[in-house]
Amino acid sequence: MQTDEVNLKKRAESAASKKAAFGEDFELDKFEKGSKVSKPIEDLETLDEESKKTLLHVGVVANEEGRSGSFLIMDNTVSHSSLKNKDVELMSTHKALEKYEWLKDYSWKLVQVDADKYTAKTYLEDADGYFIRMPAGKRSSLPVQTCLMLDSKKVSQTVHNIIIVEEGASLDIITGCTSRKGVEEGLHMGISEMYVKKGATLNFTMIHNWAEQIGVRPRTVIHVEEGGTYVSNYICLKPVRSVQTYPTVRLEGKGAITRLNTIAIAHPGSELDLGSRAIFNAPGTKAELISRTITIGGRIVARGEMIANAKGSKGHLECKGLVLTDKGSQLAIPILEANVDDVELTHEAAVGKIAKDQVEYLMARGLSEEEAVGMIVRGFLDVGIRGIPDELKKEIEETITQTAFGT
Amino acid sequence: MLKIEDLTVEVNGKTLLHDVNLEVKKGYTNVLFGPNGAGKSALMRTIMGFSEYNIVKGRILFNGEDITNLPVDERARRGLGIMMQRPPDMSGIKLRDLVKVASKGKKNPEELAEKLDMNRFLDRDVNVGFSGGEIKRSELLQLSAQNPSLYLLDEPESGVDLVSIEQVGMTIKGLLEEGVDCPGERCSKGKSALIITHTGQVLDYVQADRGYILCNGTVMCSGNPLKMLEEIKNRGYEECIKCRLMK
Repeated sequence: MQTDEVNLKKRAESAASKKAAFGEDFELDKFEKGSKVSKPIEDLETLDEESKKTLLHVGVVANEEGRSGSFLIMDNTVSHSSLKNKDVELMSTHKALEKYEWLKDYSWKLVQVDADKYTAKTYLEDADGYFIRMPAGKRSSLPVQTCLMLDSKKVSQTVHNIIIVEEGASLDIITGCTSRKGVEEGLHMGISEMYVKKGATLNFTMIHNWAEQIGVRPRTVIHVEEGGTYVSNYICLKPVRSVQTYPTVRLEGKGAITRLNTIAIAHPGSELDLGSRAIFNAPGTKAELISRTITIGGRIVARGEMIANAKGSKGHLECKGLVLTDKGSQLAIPILEANVDDVELTHEAAVGKIAKDQVEYLMARGLSEEEAVGMIVRGFLDVGIRGIPDELKKEIEETITQTAFGT
Repeated sequence: MLKIEDLTVEVNGKTLLHDVNLEVKKGYTNVLFGPNGAGKSALMRTIMGFSEYNIVKGRILFNGEDITNLPVDERARRGLGIMMQRPPDMSGIKLRDLVKVASKGKKNPEELAEKLDMNRFLDRDVNVGFSGGEIKRSELLQLSAQNPSLYLLDEPESGVDLVSIEQVGMTIKGLLEEGVDCPGERCSKGKSALIITHTGQVLDYVQADRGYILCNGTVMCSGNPLKMLEEIKNRGYEECIKCRLMK
């Protein structure tokens, strides 16, 4: 074993019971380790209707129409990997590490193994995941779709993903994280390390659709080089026990740009601790962190942090939260840090109920109160996310309408 | 069509309007004058049914029906439509979508917007970043989709530049006279309106039938709107209050 690995292992072991900075602390040994025995699925179309529906609810289409590739992980094993666009490289992280010697320079370089017990466990279990790479200069008009599914009851899932978009390339990814119907309890840990090289673009959309007793601990860091763009959309509209995530974008090259959108609804019993962080380490970098959250009885913590370490950094942070019932709560925590002069960081945070004057304005145009609230809520959550399948869009609309009508 | 009887209105326990009596007959265009803070907008918003206005006395009749306690949407459905002076910003709601729902999907937003030169605003969030004149045109666009039988227009000319004023004025005239073939038919076939104006500019475009002066929360007098405007321009509202006191 090489020194690097020995060191990482030591660090991971020392963090095996280290609590995360935020969110409920899950006891890892209460969950069984998810199976590593593969159940290959040749064609996603052969899945039963229920499973196809589960996939669709997180933006993953079984017939792969409009997708350039598909990848499915069930519990701790890869079940499906297929490619339509041969420009894209898509395989399991394990296979990729075997294939490419150089990939070790990307693995566990952005996310720290000893960040907390969840990263430690993922490292110590040698978790597999997806590796997606877009070669230099290549552009894909259609997104790659990936799905991480909790397939068995009361298990813990660990996943390690690496994405590399090479110089001047452009890639769209839709990742759906979900649990099989009937799997009500479990723990998902997902490490994602993403590299956006010089002049490259990565559009990353993640849709979560879990169940009421599932804990979710994604750990994501993105490295963006000169002139690169990273856009993330995170959507979580269904009940879940606890999600705690704080993706961090490191803008390392001149003029790098990021935009992170979060839209979420907290149901009764759900705790959503959703953060976004941008670190400006190069001149002229820009970030926009937008969070739109609604509680209908759950608790939401909307964190946002911008740290400017280079001149000419410009960032805007927007946390807006609607409280639609007395039982829910919203906590917005914006943090702005400027460590050099000539930076412009701004934030706008607002939590509260839907403004009566807005509702009545629409009612004066003939809409009923319910229709008016529905329209306002849809508008509130609309941050212009593209590439979502029509069926899912409809489903999102319905969830939102139900949310509005439930008030 | 619209009859207001002894209306007294409070906001947060403070009386804004008291013992207001006013009428708009079918097909008539009536004008509401009054100094700043007299309660003109409050009266209009009370007629539309906005909930912050608490009616403590009196009633509002629309086509003979008592609508005093009806919610805003019910009033809109019965044919009331308002052009607000300072409508709220509607982040996330596109003007196109609001025009569509206001017309119940019956009218093409583009065709309506064309007339008001508002096409480039259809995909913008309603009122967000709109200038004074753009707000007026947006309100008129929504009203033309909604097609009410009684228009409540709160200072349609304020904040509108001299070039656009004609567009706004002509649009209002067009809306009020929809379906009217000759001037004689205006009262029988045309729409009704209650218009608040400070400058009277809008009266260059629409034919006003009756004027009311509102001061200190109540109607001081009513009469020929053009003569009233002339008097106000010459002597201000002071005279009006004195006149009332002398009565």
